[in-house]
Amino acid sequence: MSERKIRVMVAKPGLDGHDRGARVLARCFRDAGFEVIYTGCHQTPEQCASAAIQEDVDMLGLSCLSGAHRYLFPQVAKLLKEQGADDIVLVGGGIIPDQDFQPLYDAGFKAIFTPGTPLDTIVDWIKTNVKPRS
Amino acid sequence: MVELGKKVMAGDVRSASRLIRNIEDNLPGAKQEIRKIFPYTGKAHVVGLTGPPGAGKSTLTDELIRCFRRKGKTVGVLAVDPSSPFTGGAILGDRIRMQRHAEDPGVFVRSLATRGTMGGLSKAAGDAIHVMDAMGKDIVMVETVGIGQQEVEIIHHAHTVLVVLVPGMGDEIQAIKAGVMEIGDIFVINKAHREGAGKLFKEITAMLDMGPREPGAWRPPIVMVESVAEPHEFERCVDELSDKIEAHYQYLVNTNQLGDRQRRRSLAEINAAVRDAILETVLRRLVADGELDRMVEKALNKESDPYTLAEQVAERYLGGSKASMPVAE
Repeated sequence: MSERKIRVMVAKPGLDGHDRGARVLARCFRDAGFEVIYTGCHQTPEQCASAAIQEDVDMLGLSCLSGAHRYLFPQVAKLLKEQGADDIVLVGGGIIPDQDFQPLYDAGFKAIFTPGTPLDTIVDWIKTNVKPRS
Repeated sequence: MVELGKKVMAGDVRSASRLIRNIEDNLPGAKQEIRKIFPYTGKAHVVGLTGPPGAGKSTLTDELIRCFRRKGKTVGVLAVDPSSPFTGGAILGDRIRMQRHAEDPGVFVRSLATRGTMGGLSKAAGDAIHVMDAMGKDIVMVETVGIGQQEVEIIHHAHTVLVVLVPGMGDEIQAIKAGVMEIGDIFVINKAHREGAGKLFKEITAMLDMGPREPGAWRPPIVMVESVAEPHEFERCVDELSDKIEAHYQYLVNTNQLGDRQRRRSLAEINAAVRDAILETVLRRLVADGELDRMVEKALNKESDPYTLAEQVAERYLGGSKASMPVAE
């Protein structure tokens, strides 16, 4: 009787310490039945990538509210790719201007969620787009 | 999937984590991979950390990683956190405390959710230890979920068990109760700057004094660990703790008791595997042919009772007399 569970990680790269949003999401993913690894604030891109690989997650959600997403997010994507882990679905969230969406998509991000997005929207997106890998 | 076992043996982190996950998810084929690596296990020193929620198990684990790394040892950590009984979801937050080691290739931290298993560990924990062992980790630390008085499953898996306590959690009677207080090879009084640390030390000492002890037998040391707010003191205390952990392993080796611990572990694993193999097969069949529903009806209508129903199932699926049916016990 096997049951594949969705495993996700919520991480905050960079110097931004505003983690309320990340914590609300972690809690909401828990309530959606996912297993959520939360790694806390002030992570380097290397720490985010390495933890995602060690935990074998299906999705890595990065949160950044400080404006450094254009550097930090693609850096994590690059590190995952270098380690053969670019099948981990990347999503981003935080204070991200519209014009930055495309460069992040180009870097490998599958979705960007900004403030005001209903939690159900995010959970539904994950349920549709993130499949546990085997 | 096919080559996971081989990649694990070569130390590949992602394959190891994937194999652990396949075991957690009970994927067909996962057991086959464990079979492959099993002959190569048994080398790692398995250290269990258990204690109430918030006692500081993750922070201690983090500092112990530092100690063992400085001594040149590679470290695997399995950190267990609880699953929701309602949604099955979980927040696995132990590694927040250990992220400074995330970039060290000699350290592999993997979080596990309990998924409804009682006893302080998850069902996959035993095999996850085998995976880290087969990878070649010198030390495998297993941090249980925050526990109460009787979650002692860790003794079936660890060579050395640390019971991590904090001051102010009860009177002296708590210290002589059965259960968790009996399983420590080492007792840690964490946050020892807090009021009541001395009292707790005396209580554990008194508890240990009461126990029967052969001459030369290991007496569990009690290590006081100062607050992390005093980094130097904290480091010194945890250094001392890591020495005690190694001394305990050496004691087991010197007194030929390591084998006893391994035997205890094998017995528990076989017990669980047999129960799984038989119970799961039978239950699956009962569900598939609708028999389980009919049994529930019979019990509800008082036409039968659970014991009679179970005996009938055992007779049907296992055959033979009651005497040859250990599963019905």
